[in-house]
Amino acid sequence: MTSMRVKGWLWALLPLLLLAVVSVVVGRMGLAEFLRRGAPPVEELTFDRVTLEPGAMTIEVVNGGPDPVTIAQVMVDDAFWDFTITPAATVPRLGRVSIELEYPWVENEPHEITLLTSTGLTFSHEIAVATETPTIGPQFFAIFTLIGLYVGVIPIAIGLLWYPALRRLEQRWIDFVLALTIGLLVFLGADALIEAAKTGTQVAGAFQGSLLVVIGALGALLFLQVVSRSKVDRTEAQGRHAVAVLIAVGIGLHNLGEGLAIGAAYALGEAALGTFLIIGFMLHNTTEGLGIVAPIARDRPKLSTLASLGLVAGVPTIVGAWIGGLAYSPLYATLFLSMGAGAIAQVVVALYRTLSRSTGRMEWNPLTASGVLVGLLVMYGTGLLVGG
Amino acid sequence: MMSDSASLSRRDLIRRGAIGAAGLGVLSQAVHAAERLSGGPHDPMRAGTVGTVKGGALDPLRFLEHFDYGQVSQLASGQTLREYDITAVDREIEVAPGVFYPAWTYNGQVPGPTIRTTEGDRVRVHFRNAGTHAHTIHFHGVHPANMDGVFEPVHPGEEFVYEFDAKPAGLHLYHCHAIPLKKHIAKGLYGAFIVDPVEARPPAREMVMVLNGFDTNFDGENEVYAANTIAFAYQNQPIQVVKHELQRIYMVNLLEFDLVNSMHLHGNFFHVYRTGTSRTPHEFTDTLMMCQGERHILEFAYEDVGRFMFHAHQSEFTELGWMGMFEVVEPST
Repeated sequence: MTSMRVKGWLWALLPLLLLAVVSVVVGRMGLAEFLRRGAPPVEELTFDRVTLEPGAMTIEVVNGGPDPVTIAQVMVDDAFWDFTITPAATVPRLGRVSIELEYPWVENEPHEITLLTSTGLTFSHEIAVATETPTIGPQFFAIFTLIGLYVGVIPIAIGLLWYPALRRLEQRWIDFVLALTIGLLVFLGADALIEAAKTGTQVAGAFQGSLLVVIGALGALLFLQVVSRSKVDRTEAQGRHAVAVLIAVGIGLHNLGEGLAIGAAYALGEAALGTFLIIGFMLHNTTEGLGIVAPIARDRPKLSTLASLGLVAGVPTIVGAWIGGLAYSPLYATLFLSMGAGAIAQVVVALYRTLSRSTGRMEWNPLTASGVLVGLLVMYGTGLLVGG
Repeated sequence: MMSDSASLSRRDLIRRGAIGAAGLGVLSQAVHAAERLSGGPHDPMRAGTVGTVKGGALDPLRFLEHFDYGQVSQLASGQTLREYDITAVDREIEVAPGVFYPAWTYNGQVPGPTIRTTEGDRVRVHFRNAGTHAHTIHFHGVHPANMDGVFEPVHPGEEFVYEFDAKPAGLHLYHCHAIPLKKHIAKGLYGAFIVDPVEARPPAREMVMVLNGFDTNFDGENEVYAANTIAFAYQNQPIQVVKHELQRIYMVNLLEFDLVNSMHLHGNFFHVYRTGTSRTPHEFTDTLMMCQGERHILEFAYEDVGRFMFHAHQSEFTELGWMGMFEVVEPST
C-alpha cells in the first residue's frame, strides 16, 4: 500500500523532472536567441510611484517586460538630468529600481519624467500637479485618519441610524429595503470591478493586472462563500446576522480599495476642495450603513453589534488611506478593488437568499424589483453629486 | 502624454471631495533641499547626461579639428587631384552615455569625415556601400548632373566614383540622397565639405561642428541633440581656446525633424560668413539661426579667460545635449 503511494508520487514528479531538464536544455543551447532571429529585445518599464520632496524626486520603476532593461539617461521636462539609480541601472525582469534626482520642480505645475534606455527607447510619466509627498509622522497619520473618517466611518455610522425606523416597517417594506440594498451593492460591486479593471491596466505587464482582477474577485467570493456557508444557513436570526456581517465585510473591502485610491491621490497631490462635493460624498456613502442594517431590521441587535458592524465596514477606509499614502502601487490597488468586487458579489448572493426566504420564495414582485432599481438609482443620483 | 487625471472619473472626484472633506492643505515648510545639499538642484552642472561615452566611434575633440585633405596628386593638366575613400557601413554608435543608436555611417563615424579641398581642385571620391540599404553621396556645390548622387543609387556591395571640380569656395555639406531621404539623413549619413578659396583665409584655429540630433525611439522627434553627435560632449570636455587667438568654426546644420537650429555664443560676438562664400562678413552677432542644410563660417576671439558656454538658443535643444563650453586660457609665452 505504501509502495503504491510512493510510486504514485514518483509518477507525479516525473513530468516535472522532465520539464526541468528541458528548461535547462533550452537555456543552455540558446534556443531563445535562435528563435528571436536577431530582433531587438522587448523593453517595458512601468512607473510605480513618484514621490516629491523639496528640490528632489524619487521615481520607482518596475520592469514588467520579458527582457532586462538598462536605463541610460533620465530627462525631466525635456532636459537631461543628473540622477542616481539603485541598486543598478540594469533592471532585471520583474525587477524594481529607485531613481533619485535633484530637480527644482514647481509647486502646482505638471512635470514630465522620461527614461531613455540603452537602446534609445523612452518611457514617460506625467506628474499632473506637483506637490510635496507627505512624509511619515504624526501629521501624516492624522491627515490620513481624518480622510478615512470622513470617507468611510462617519457616513456609515449615520446610515446605521436608520435602524430604529426600519424596525417599525411592515414586512413587505423590509423586503423592499432588502431589495434596495441589493441594488446598492450591485452598484458598488460594479464600481469596484470597473475601477479594478482600470487600475489593472497601469500594472506592469508581467503581473497581468487585468487577470489579477479575476483572481482577486473570484478568490474573495469563494473565500467568503466557504467561511460563511454554515453560519448563513443556521437559524433564521443567526443567518440574517451573518448576512449583515458579510455585507459589512464586503463594503469594508470595497472601502479599503477606495481608501487606497484616496490616500494615493492625496499623497500624489490631486487635491481640490468643494463643500458640494463633501456633502454629496457623505450622502453617497451613508447608504452603505442602510445596507448593513437592512437584513437585521426585525431582530433586536445590541448597540455594540451595530457599532462593530459599522467599524468593520468603515475602518478599512482609514487603513486603505494609510497604505495608499505610504506605498501606493497600482498592483495593490487592483488587488484590493477586485477583492472588494468579489466580496460584494458574494454578499449579493447571500442577500438574495435572505430575501428569498423572507418572501417565501416569492422574491420577485413589483415592490422588490423596484427596490433593486431604486437602490441603483439612489447610488447613481448621489454619485452625480460627487462626480460624473 | 496625457495622464489619467486628465479625464475625470467619478472616483477622481470622490477623491477630491474626500480630500476637500479633510480640509487640509498642509504643506510642510521643511528645509529646502537646495540648502541641504552641496550644489543643490539649481546647480547648472545638474543639467546634462550621467556617465561618459566610452568612445570608439567618434572622439569629439579629435573630430573637431580633423580635416581630410585626401590623397593628393597631379593630373596631366597640372590640376591638383584629391582622392577620398568613403565606405557606407551600418554601425551602432553611442550618442549619449549608455544610449546606443543603430546608425548608418560614412567610414563608421557620424558625422562622416570632414572633406576639405581647395577651389578648382579635382575631387574624386571612391564610394563603396558596405551597408544594408542603397546609399549615395550627394555633395552640395556646382557639378555635373550625373555626379549629383541622386539618380544613381549604390546598392549594398556596389561602388561608385564621384568626380568633379571643387566650386564654389565656401562651406558645404554632403549627405546621402537615397530614398526615403529623411531616414537616410537622420540615420547619420552626412558630413561637412569645405572648399577653401585659392587665396587662403587668414590663419586661425579652425574647428568643424556638425549640428545634429538622434531620434532614438523612432517617433519622428529627436531625443538627443548635439554638436558632433555626442550630447554635451564639449560641456564634459571643454574646448581649450587661447586668449586673443582668432577662432574659426565651420558650422553645418544637419538636424532632422526640427526646422530650425541655432548657435549662441556666451560673453562674445562673432562674425558670420554665410555659406562661407564671401570674404566680407554678413553679420556681427552672438545668436545665429540656421535652417536644415544651412552652414556658416563663424569667426571670433576671446578677450577674457574663463569658461564660456555655447549652445543652441532653442533652450530645449540645449538641455537635450546641444551645449558646449570654451575654456579660454592665457597664451603660454
